[in-house]
Amino acid sequence: MNDLRDLYQQIIIDHSQHPHNFCPLEQASHKKEGFNPLCGDKITLYVNEKSGLITDICFQGAGCAISTASASLMTDAIKNKTIEEALEVFTEFQKLITTGKADHPEKLGKLSVLAGVVEFPMRIKCATLPWHTLKAVLTKDQNIISSE
Amino acid sequence: MDNKIRQLFPILQNKINNKPLIYLDNAATTQKPRSVVEAIEHFYFNDNANIHRGIYKLSQRATNAYEKSRKNIAEFINAKYTHEIIFVRNTTEAINLVAQSYGYKNFKPGDEIIISTMEHHSNIVPWQLICKKTGAKLQVINIHENGELDFNHYEKLINNRTKIVAIAHASNTLGTVNPIKKIIAAAHAHNIPVLIDGAQASGHIQIDVQNLDCDFYAFSAHKMYGPTGIGILYGKEALLNSMPPYQGGGDMIKKVTFAETEYADLPQKFEAGTPNIADVVGFGATIDFIKSVGIDVIAKHEKELLKYATAAFSNVKGLKIIGTAPEKTSIISFILDKIHPHDVATILDTEGIAVRAGHHCTMPLMEFYNIPGTTRASFGLYNTKEEIDILIEALTKVRKIFSR
Repeated sequence: MNDLRDLYQQIIIDHSQHPHNFCPLEQASHKKEGFNPLCGDKITLYVNEKSGLITDICFQGAGCAISTASASLMTDAIKNKTIEEALEVFTEFQKLITTGKADHPEKLGKLSVLAGVVEFPMRIKCATLPWHTLKAVLTKDQNIISSE
Repeated sequence: MDNKIRQLFPILQNKINNKPLIYLDNAATTQKPRSVVEAIEHFYFNDNANIHRGIYKLSQRATNAYEKSRKNIAEFINAKYTHEIIFVRNTTEAINLVAQSYGYKNFKPGDEIIISTMEHHSNIVPWQLICKKTGAKLQVINIHENGELDFNHYEKLINNRTKIVAIAHASNTLGTVNPIKKIIAAAHAHNIPVLIDGAQASGHIQIDVQNLDCDFYAFSAHKMYGPTGIGILYGKEALLNSMPPYQGGGDMIKKVTFAETEYADLPQKFEAGTPNIADVVGFGATIDFIKSVGIDVIAKHEKELLKYATAAFSNVKGLKIIGTAPEKTSIISFILDKIHPHDVATILDTEGIAVRAGHHCTMPLMEFYNIPGTTRASFGLYNTKEEIDILIEALTKVRKIFSR
């Protein structure tokens, strides 16, 4: 039950029900879709990048509370970061979600509320889908993105 | 159904998250009774050898056990001949066999294959594959909002280009039981063969292939309290004889030269290579188990559970059942407020309740309902009303977590 409380913290419920930056971004410099075929989670990520700086980031899609909250918190965390900084956050987040502990928690800020996912291995792919989609945008990966 | 039945399934004594396991994912796979597992163990410990080839006694014993299962299954579904039962890995492989063998031989560009909106991916994708090879195309029968097949639309789709009708006996997502006897008769009026995907029917509904007059019928052991990795394709003798082999190899030949091969007779023609012998034996024990309980007893119990659960679900605020056809197997798919099915399933899991969440390999059906997925509770012969009560209580808890 404590695990469950950790997983569905108030802030996660809030972000899943009222996600931030949840809209299309017209004339985005990058647009990328992520899709987990087994569970059906879908995300479209819009990123505006100018000389290595992420000036705006939005998303749309249909997913569970974990993937929606993860995407919402990600857009908040990544906006106004450089590509290099964003990739560092990606690495830290990945570490947090899979081990429960980040090397540099200060880089994660609010994202650390998602640490509870580690106790639910079946749900890790939900939390990481937006991030893999982001990484594909930042590294210009042309492949279909999935975290399954 | 009494406690005695539950005791036949050792796994039901398990605790999940310190709570008694409540297994409600029977449409995905059922649990296995001790007798089935013991039959497989007995085979490996006492009768194991390769079949059909050995000159020695042990091989004869293995062959006898294997063929006895075939006979058992043939009788169970009232096939006219035992050799009309082809062993395959599962329902999916059975459908692929028909698509690749029958379809490849008979489909031409412009020909049509009729399926329905509620099909599992395993009764969609094999046909798409053969369509790509042959130039045939899929025609899809509409369904009504309650999950019932639109029979009028089906009749309209039948024409002289229709080469086969492939349809589920029961829907794995909605529970809808299709009027397959009527469907078969309508196709036969135009000399069109019909394949029935019986994966969701075999452990729940009495099957009589001669009475149905279906041309092909496929099901898996693991959805009817048997082992995984084994299923059957029933096909009418004349049709199976007219079809080329699906795979080549040992055991499916009469004579091989580098110039040409003469194929074996049914059923070996479609059983290339060493089969899953032990699980075929387990499949036989599965049929014995179902017969010992009685398929009518199982059906009656599941009907009661379905009725009880449907009434209980309708009292849960914010819950909507997807699939309310008058004829259903014991499957309830639902959505709860705007809560994603995966979140529902995770929370239920912490209460020891195993349910399925997602699109259930029926993505076109989810599109029809315009939902990303459902949570699905599917009942088997060992489930109880008490378990449904616990499920209802847990659903209330799910709502509470999401209404903070």
